[in-house]
Amino acid sequence: MSGTFIGMPAFPQAARASVHDATLRGNLRHATHTIRGKREQAVAEVADWAELREAGKRIKDHVLRHLDRYLVQLEESVTAAGGVVHWAADAEEANRIVARLVKETGEREVVKVKSMATQEIGLNEALQAEGIRAYETDLAELIVQLGRDRPSHILVPAIHRNRGEIRDIFTREMGEWGRPAPEGLTDSPAELAEAARLHLREKFLRAKVGISGANFMVAETGTLVVVESEGNGRMCLTLPETLISVVGIEKTVPSWRDLEVFLQTLPRSSTAERMNPYTSMWTGTRDEDGPRAFHLVLLDNGRTDTLADEVGRQALRCIRCSACLNVCPVYERAGGHAYGSVYPGPIGAILSPQLRGTRSEIDASLPYASSLCGACYEVCPVAIDIPEVLVHLRERVVEGGPVIREGNKVVLRPAKGHAAERAAMRAARWALTRPGALRTAQRLASRTRRLRPRTLPGPGRAWSGTRDLPPVPPEPFRDWWQRTRGGKDEAK
Amino acid sequence: MRVALFLTCVNDTLCPDTGRAVVKLLTRLGVDVDFPMDQTCCGQAHYNTGYRHEAEPLAEHFAKVFGEYEAIVTPSGSCGAMVRELYPRMGERARAEGRGDSLAVTLAPVVPRTYELTEFLVDVLGVTDVGAYYPHKVTYHPTCHGLRSLGLGDRPRRLLQAVAGLELVELPGAEECCGFGGTFAVKNSDVSAAMGADKVRSAESTGAQVLCAADNSCLMHIGGTMSRVGTGMRAVHLAEILASTREEPAA
Repeated sequence: MSGTFIGMPAFPQAARASVHDATLRGNLRHATHTIRGKREQAVAEVADWAELREAGKRIKDHVLRHLDRYLVQLEESVTAAGGVVHWAADAEEANRIVARLVKETGEREVVKVKSMATQEIGLNEALQAEGIRAYETDLAELIVQLGRDRPSHILVPAIHRNRGEIRDIFTREMGEWGRPAPEGLTDSPAELAEAARLHLREKFLRAKVGISGANFMVAETGTLVVVESEGNGRMCLTLPETLISVVGIEKTVPSWRDLEVFLQTLPRSSTAERMNPYTSMWTGTRDEDGPRAFHLVLLDNGRTDTLADEVGRQALRCIRCSACLNVCPVYERAGGHAYGSVYPGPIGAILSPQLRGTRSEIDASLPYASSLCGACYEVCPVAIDIPEVLVHLRERVVEGGPVIREGNKVVLRPAKGHAAERAAMRAARWALTRPGALRTAQRLASRTRRLRPRTLPGPGRAWSGTRDLPPVPPEPFRDWWQRTRGGKDEAK
Repeated sequence: MRVALFLTCVNDTLCPDTGRAVVKLLTRLGVDVDFPMDQTCCGQAHYNTGYRHEAEPLAEHFAKVFGEYEAIVTPSGSCGAMVRELYPRMGERARAEGRGDSLAVTLAPVVPRTYELTEFLVDVLGVTDVGAYYPHKVTYHPTCHGLRSLGLGDRPRRLLQAVAGLELVELPGAEECCGFGGTFAVKNSDVSAAMGADKVRSAESTGAQVLCAADNSCLMHIGGTMSRVGTGMRAVHLAEILASTREEPAA
């Protein structure tokens, strides 16, 4: 079973280990640079990319603004098409609903389509506690599940693994879960894929209950859309008798027409494909085809709270393409596990502290897990200004202030551990609004420049551990300017 | 045109050579540049670390000091971006917090008049050949805020290509962040150092003697890494290359 994120150390500590893990660094560098290059090409082919990006942003903003109305419309459409809609305020409620629905079928196992929402709520663990076994059928999710590992990427959850590691996991673990790996399995991609195909096939054919998320929900018709590239999703969505979909409320779009935008931007941003290979769409149930029972669990789990924040709400536009992860220099070096959340990388750094709040150490550290280089914003197909939200959340951490938690207004206190920084920032502001004070400090630095150590003690070591300090000049610029009248009196 | 040099607090304190280079360069191009003595700091470090409210008085101070000038030139992409991109946002946020228009109104005049050095040279003065001479092999690192917030584009490269004696070589992965990131450099020092080390390795692979950029805070991080690992390379601000001439070559 995939592990839990509770009790994660703060990001800098978690990242320290991965930065020095040569295998991990190599795996991540290779994978992110490959997909980064491909995405760039796939996007460059589209002449109206900027317009599509703007359209995607506007559609999402419109939906979020009128989410109350669209959700009710969605419920009506799904119900009219033969589905049953359930509302879950948080992870616990969603898990309870799904466990009950599975039990009502009398089944003890389910097959799963890759889904971020069910990862977010820890559904597999919750089902296990109820004696129900959930089988992941996405290739990378299977690798993670068999390896008793945690996902480290939104789209490629096993991105931290190389082929040799995957071969070892398959050989060691597949027999525990069902059909064992073939004898003498090598690390060739074709053989690994075939081993997974054989292992999963028996589960697809046996399973009576399928569980999925969805990339989009069309309010107008009650249609759900899953976008995937292996065909495992299509199997899970069509073969079982009962289908349960757990979907975040922000995945709603008004009409089919809106899909036109996202079905162009999502594949190119995520897998660099011009067209998505398997796009499954279903509307309720039909007598002669597909599942006989369809349940939609609409998940809030912090989304309404996030929606209340004027700056932070743009994170809800996210279509989970993971372009921001692939382009992020911090993600590339820290790896996904360091983010302590199923949503790693830049989007995770703004989503997790909003969905979960900033109380835990890891959540309070995530807004700082960025150099604010802006590469994530540049590639985001729905134009989420991730650096803007990061800085906004830093403010929430250091200043506290009013936020909405579980629907109620609460006033956060400033996070612990920032007292010295806050005092330093105040002192700097005081000095910097008084030019005389700045000059005094500069002159003091220049006069004592020969006393400057090569390395700094205490927190300063964070700089001087790997970088030399810049030399302090004999006089600050302003003294030179005054002394030479802007260089006019400079001695030649 | 009344032109002010906004040198930035970091350059004023630690990199006066960059300031002297800007003065020399602009004077050579016929610009009478002033250095308002009351200037301090744009507030970027405060703002980006989450202390927006502490940054506000610094922004107001900036607007007061530079409000009279027709052009404000700064040799820092990130401080330039602070004024151009984030001052308007600070005004909007204050308004959204019900504090009225006064911050937005105070800051508005300096926003469109602030230019990063290469923008001022190329867009305002209309020059790419500034008559410089720098007989070295140089690679150029576009710093993130100059690249993405200000959209400096190929301006720095065009200026460098016109420098006599200079051989410009492409930096692999040029647009990837060097890992400085302000307080990120100390808050996430392991990741920051790893990014810096990779940037230095890329720079070394070019065979250049000099890595050049238009922001000294990034250069302090890159240069500090270079001298720690003992490469033969130097990190030099673009202004110092453009100020260098046959008569007075840069050291």
